[in-house]
Amino acid sequence: MADQLAIGSRRGLRPALPLLLPAYLWLTVAIFLPLSAMVFFSFMTDLPLAGKEWAFTLGNYAAFFSQGLYSTLLLASLRLGLEVTLWCVVIGYPAAYVLAKVLKGRSREAIFLLVILPFWSNGLVRIFSWAMVLREGGILDTALNAVLPFKINIDLMYSYPAVIIGLVHSYVPYMVLTCYLTLQAIDDSLIEAGRSLGASRLQVLKRVIIPLSMPGLIAGAALIFVPVVGSFMEPRILGGRTGTFYGTVIEDQFVAVFNWPLGAALSFILLAVVLIILALAAPVLRRAG
Amino acid sequence: MAGVTVANVSRSFGAHQALDDVSIDFPDGGFYALLGPSGSGKTTLLRQIAGFDFPDTGRIAIGGESVERVPVEKRRIGMVFQNYALFPNMSVADNVAFGLSVRGEPKAMIATEVRRALDLVQLGKLGGRRPHQLSGGQRQRVALARAIVTKPRVLLLDEPLGALDKALRVDMQIELKRIQREIGITTIFVTHDQEEALTMSDRIGILRDGRLVQEGPPEEIYDRPQSEFAATFLGDANIFRGDATGSGIKLPDGTTIAASTGASVPAGAKASCAVRPERIQISTGAAKPDVGNANMLTGQVSKRIFAGNNSTYFVDREGQTLKVIVQNTGAERLAEGQPVVLSWSPESTVLIAA
Repeated sequence: MADQLAIGSRRGLRPALPLLLPAYLWLTVAIFLPLSAMVFFSFMTDLPLAGKEWAFTLGNYAAFFSQGLYSTLLLASLRLGLEVTLWCVVIGYPAAYVLAKVLKGRSREAIFLLVILPFWSNGLVRIFSWAMVLREGGILDTALNAVLPFKINIDLMYSYPAVIIGLVHSYVPYMVLTCYLTLQAIDDSLIEAGRSLGASRLQVLKRVIIPLSMPGLIAGAALIFVPVVGSFMEPRILGGRTGTFYGTVIEDQFVAVFNWPLGAALSFILLAVVLIILALAAPVLRRAG
Repeated sequence: MAGVTVANVSRSFGAHQALDDVSIDFPDGGFYALLGPSGSGKTTLLRQIAGFDFPDTGRIAIGGESVERVPVEKRRIGMVFQNYALFPNMSVADNVAFGLSVRGEPKAMIATEVRRALDLVQLGKLGGRRPHQLSGGQRQRVALARAIVTKPRVLLLDEPLGALDKALRVDMQIELKRIQREIGITTIFVTHDQEEALTMSDRIGILRDGRLVQEGPPEEIYDRPQSEFAATFLGDANIFRGDATGSGIKLPDGTTIAASTGASVPAGAKASCAVRPERIQISTGAAKPDVGNANMLTGQVSKRIFAGNNSTYFVDREGQTLKVIVQNTGAERLAEGQPVVLSWSPESTVLIAA
């Protein structure tokens, strides 16, 4: 059996090459080359533009370790990533469950559309629309005051919760989609089998459904955590002064300060940290599943 | 252990009436087969008994206790699913242990019971495997062990042998029957396979379009079907339709068929007769039929199918094709196109009210 499989895959690679090449060529050109350039930049003292002098240095990386600000911001960003991921699980998983296991036919399509809709609108538009909702005298404030008998002041704009709300809104569809896929693959008879053996719905959820949907939860968490840790748009627009995170600092290096080498170095440190976290988390999560 | 009573249970899904006033008594410790074509409501009925779905009207009792509104997890039933529904994230032993462990039984007790259940289904050594490492027959046994380890009051089986190949299915039929006898559990078995229903069960209930057509011991239903559907669905039958004469029926062409079993139908009413293919004697004009074969028809062999231990003859007469099964006794075989005489006794003829 194992021998047969080995033969099959060896024979399979050559005809597969024409199918693989376009994707890998594109990845090489579009990701590997620019990324290599960035690695190169991160070891330079200055950009090699307009005849400026430059030399190789480890200073950009050293800056991260010598200035506490960067690691503080990185920790804040990791916390942000963790919180947003958790909220996405809390909000997205039940929605995915209902989509996969409760709704059927037309109503499922309709609800699905609502989940995917954010993908079709421009990210910037989404964030600015949140700004209109969250600011004092904005939509949320006005609406609540119109309904509630007492006066309250809601001004979430330029606060940490605003950043969380914006990010969760942007990323929750990923969690819904990945969890939906794994939940949908769970045969309904497994749930029925659990209940026929005397397990309550909650016990079935804990011991059968969640373990079996772990791959979707992990995939969703990875898809959300990584970009949120490096996010800068939502923190900047919705967070204002409180919205200074690791991602916004990197953005500043490229856009405002024009210190590309430092920005590149900070980016790669982020990449390294995220990869380490994912590598450490993977076996733990896999065992939980 | 407990008997199950289903009384006047109806259930509809939208405009579709899945169960229509079904009443059955499932005897304590018996092996009961619910037989019917797909869409007959047999699985719906099983799901009502299990508690996955509640009837619109009617009563369901397990061991005398009304359960029609009790959710499945509180009914203390064991169920084996068509696709086995083993938890892929657990080992075989953990699958079997699931029911005891959600109940919070002590670990030592669970280990003992799991081992005993796995021994009962002859899988003692495979506790550490994962379901995907097992063959279909082994999965079937695990599903059975998992369902009975909690000592349920009733064992429900939803076409449990449907996914197995023929040889394995016969093995599992014997095995299932052995285990059921050993623990003496009331068992309700849903199947569309009439042979399975005949060989395994003490009683059979035949369902059609959500209604109970007939129920009773397999021999009784086979020998005395009360409807054409029961006659043709459980086994093969030749059906003759005509007018009742009081002692049989008269076919449209004037031939009379004498029947001494089945319903009593007043003379003149529409009725039909069912005759099992193996009860009919087939002979060429020269040979004399057995004494007592009061019913006699002539026809022409249109086709012969040889199946080793027996042959099936298709005999054309008056626009009707009759089926006759003849044991392979080494006697001369009849050729296609040959004129033949068919004869059988009134005792083998079941009168059915139209």
